[in-house]
Amino acid sequence: MESQSTQSTETPVRTAHLPLVTEPRNPGTELDLDWVRAVQANTSAIERRAATLPGRRSVKKDYQAAWLLKAVTLIDLTTLSGDDTVGRVRRLCAKARQPVSDALLDAMDMPAITTGAVCVYHDMIETAVTALKGTGIPVAAVSTGFPAGLSPFHLRVAEIEESVKAGAEEIDIVISRRHVLSGNWQALYDEMKAFRVACGDAHVKAILATGELGSLRNVARASLVCMMAGADFIKTSTGKESVNATLPVTLVMIRAIRDFYDRTGYRVGYKPAGGISKAKDALVYLSLIKDELGDRWLQPDLFRFGASSLLGDIERQLEHHVTGAYSAGYRHSMG
Amino acid sequence: MMIVKEIFETMDYGPAPESAAEALAWLVDQGDRFGHFINGAFTKPGDGFESRNPATGEVLATLSQASQADVEAAVDAARKAQPKWEGLGGGGRARYLYAIARLLQKHSRLFAVLESMDNGKPIRESRDIDIPLAQRHFYYHAGMAQLMENELPDAEALGVCGQIIPWNFPLLMLAWKIAPALAMGNTVVLKPAEYTSLTALLFADICTQAGLPKGVVNIVTGDGVVGEMIVASDVDKIAFTGSTSVGRRIREATAGSGKELTLELGGKSAYIVFDDADIDSAIEGLVDAIWFNQGQVCCAGSRLLVQEGIADRFYTKLRARMDGLRIGNPLDKCIDVGAVVDPVQLQTIKGMVEGNTAGETYQAVCDLPKNGCYFPPTLITGLETSDPLMQEEIFGPVLVSSTFRTPVEAVELANNTRYGLAATVWTENVNLALDIAPKLVAGVVWVNATNLFDAAAGFGGVRESGFGREGGWEGLNAYTKSKGKTKALAKVEAVSGEGAPVDPVDRTAKMYVGGKQARPDSGYSKPIYGKSGLLGHVGLANRKDVRNAVEAAVGAKGWARTTGHLRAQILYYIGENLSARAAEFAHRIDAMTGKKTGAKEVETSIQRLFTAAAWADKYDGQVHGVPIRGVALAMKEPTGVIGALCADEAPLLGLVSVMAPAIAMANRVVLAASEPYPLAATDFYQILETSDVPAGVVNILTGSHAELAGPLASHLNVDAVWSFSSRDVSAEIEKAAAGNLKRTWVNNATATDWSVDHSRKFLQAATEIKNIWVPYGE
Repeated sequence: MESQSTQSTETPVRTAHLPLVTEPRNPGTELDLDWVRAVQANTSAIERRAATLPGRRSVKKDYQAAWLLKAVTLIDLTTLSGDDTVGRVRRLCAKARQPVSDALLDAMDMPAITTGAVCVYHDMIETAVTALKGTGIPVAAVSTGFPAGLSPFHLRVAEIEESVKAGAEEIDIVISRRHVLSGNWQALYDEMKAFRVACGDAHVKAILATGELGSLRNVARASLVCMMAGADFIKTSTGKESVNATLPVTLVMIRAIRDFYDRTGYRVGYKPAGGISKAKDALVYLSLIKDELGDRWLQPDLFRFGASSLLGDIERQLEHHVTGAYSAGYRHSMG
Repeated sequence: MMIVKEIFETMDYGPAPESAAEALAWLVDQGDRFGHFINGAFTKPGDGFESRNPATGEVLATLSQASQADVEAAVDAARKAQPKWEGLGGGGRARYLYAIARLLQKHSRLFAVLESMDNGKPIRESRDIDIPLAQRHFYYHAGMAQLMENELPDAEALGVCGQIIPWNFPLLMLAWKIAPALAMGNTVVLKPAEYTSLTALLFADICTQAGLPKGVVNIVTGDGVVGEMIVASDVDKIAFTGSTSVGRRIREATAGSGKELTLELGGKSAYIVFDDADIDSAIEGLVDAIWFNQGQVCCAGSRLLVQEGIADRFYTKLRARMDGLRIGNPLDKCIDVGAVVDPVQLQTIKGMVEGNTAGETYQAVCDLPKNGCYFPPTLITGLETSDPLMQEEIFGPVLVSSTFRTPVEAVELANNTRYGLAATVWTENVNLALDIAPKLVAGVVWVNATNLFDAAAGFGGVRESGFGREGGWEGLNAYTKSKGKTKALAKVEAVSGEGAPVDPVDRTAKMYVGGKQARPDSGYSKPIYGKSGLLGHVGLANRKDVRNAVEAAVGAKGWARTTGHLRAQILYYIGENLSARAAEFAHRIDAMTGKKTGAKEVETSIQRLFTAAAWADKYDGQVHGVPIRGVALAMKEPTGVIGALCADEAPLLGLVSVMAPAIAMANRVVLAASEPYPLAATDFYQILETSDVPAGVVNILTGSHAELAGPLASHLNVDAVWSFSSRDVSAEIEKAAAGNLKRTWVNNATATDWSVDHSRKFLQAATEIKNIWVPYGE
């Protein structure tokens, strides 16, 4: 990666901070319906925990800056619009390579960082792969008839295969919500398993579309079934539902991840997506992950933010940290 | 000092301190020394003691120890201010309470920081829980003042209230005490705990800012000696929150004084987790149950009961959760558990945990600050009910645990305690939750939640957790009395006489115990004369007859589960059968009293029975409007076994007026008949026998009230004792009642007009209000 620095030539060339990916992939398990059906999620209690969390955890000054920088490395910088073009995706990839200006990084004596991944539709994979060549930043593609997931099954599987062929290292699939809503866990398991197989070496994130699952108990059960079927990540939303990532949903999904780890020894990643646009929210998410799952999950191989506008707010907060003055959006390069 | 690059790798939480500057500046402004707040002004600071920050040991201020003269001056000021304050009217008082609420809100952070510095609780709790709830109590009771005249037309203020509060929720307990007292037109003398007086003194400042009339709120500082002075002073009511042992002493000290009393005491509240619960949420609930405020919470869910099948998994998850708790500087915004209030308290906790050899003790693997009063979150599993730590209140961050097999066993274990403050139930099964909640002996039950509080829902306990409620409509009873003047009650003497029996055939009046006619254990009887001669003999009951009667009443526990409809039918039936023999009863009464009021007394007694029958299925509970998505069900439950010394002057009506509302509310009663005129009561059991009253529900003893008062009031299986006797037994009853802190209602030698229907008062005394919180949502 080339230095984007506009500072003096003495600035050392930065190397991107690459996550150490040593985690064995979740191979999945048999579908354990007893386990699935025993899962409970008490909505009121979960909401209370979520509501009080921001008051229980606070990260300040240098710690806050470091946490926000960490958050940057966990972002799947995303564009999923019908009007995406090659130019638009290139600009996004440039931002992924250099999400925070060198001036700010220097001020905090930080090495270079990149975002966790870039997330695009299938048609933009090639553009993104080219733009990110040599950076180690993976390209994620949404797939399987995203966002509704209602195209013919064989086409959804084929879409995964095409995307992997095109160079996507991560595939964000959408599950069939109807399987959850009708309690057809076997169908959900089979579908997820087929998607996992189609992904091959690419990591698969299962998008549950939690806003359409009707209850937190369904979220918990769908999370478990997808992990049993071999999901590498479970993800809240497409960003297209009316309700996307929320703290209560997050709590339910990461508790499912914790239970899955406790019983199988495999760590599954978590990706909240949609609706997280403020630096402050990101800190709350990170503290929730830290407290419920542990520090190991605060690395890009196990946690991602699916977000497009979050980075801008983080940059402004970082500049405030460095200069003491509140920042303006136009001072930071757009992605 | 870590740099950003390092923190980026470790992802540690750093320090996030709340500034103490403003609170310290306020203390400096006050000269770091405080007098008492009496009659609207601070007295000159006198000899006293230091108030320390338990997290650091630093001295925050020097406080004055109140003298007898100080307490008298405070009570005097409150006494002088009270008529005018009450006379201001509810609307007028509401404005002051509203102003106080607003001022608490405006200075909320100052209160929160000062509270955390003084008490050691995390700033998160003082900022997000204590202070907002204190504000809420003043807002809520501003509303109660506003509504008083219309909604409680028969109520008036008690007068001057002495209030003694603990150190665990200093400002919040002040609010719980002062807001309802002021709303109902009382004035107060309040003593904060000596460890934590600072926010009360800041509150005094707020009263001045609100322009509260002088003398309405008086605050004196000092230790338990000052508390004793307040208890002994010329106040009309004592409200105390604190330990059961001190509560017991206050009960004894105020016995027979006529001072109203409410006690909010200790607890060992059960926290029950069924195997179908949301386990992660139940574990998170424990954080709020026992690690909230360092476990120094009277209603802390300190006794965990887990269903056997999930116990191992539950404990494993719980231990992991404990390790995630952050203990340290209370002013840090990222701290879960702060400092224990004082080194003395810390030693007590340590002593109790170290003294325990049973079960398996786990302490959270977490960093403790080197200095200050800190104790690690502790879990002791595998305890049995016989282990002291399963019974004794630790009042620290220590959770004890045992397992159960079935819902029935869970209830038995939960209720196997002298306390009865709160309980928590976790299950996703609504049938189970709503079946268990009423069976738990506690004043508050939380379903799938814990430690929820609000001004709109009453809080308080049963058994040795005290009596009285704070909050809600039910809380207003603690600060009001019925309007009207009291008259002295003269001792009613039996008609003395001699001569032959009026009735040539000897009729033996027995007692009525467990549905059977019973001879007195003593084998002694006494003659009852009328003007015309000997009317008969009655047995002289002794303590063993009391024992037998209480045993029978306790055994008739099925009555508590009957429907209101059934009890109404039985009460109507009693009325019907009494009506059929009205002339005979009237004649008997006239013969004993030598008056001609018998017919009217019988007629009124029948009315009383019909009124009680009417109420049996209509004395409804409430659904409180608490600020959660859910309901707080204020359910009326029977008080339990009630012992009553019935009025001497109205031999039938006095007994029926007590019995009818008591059994209508599903209590069982042990009644001591009118001492001079007992034969109406002994005739009455024949009515009971023919009216389908189950055995043991009503038990009737005859004999000396002075003899029966002690055994009844000291009996640990009796839940309440009432006395309308014209004998001087009120003090003895209240003193003996301290044993199990049973509820008392004694006349203190004042007369009751039995021709007037007091059913409301009886229904109130015959019931306990249990608030069941049921949050919902899918």
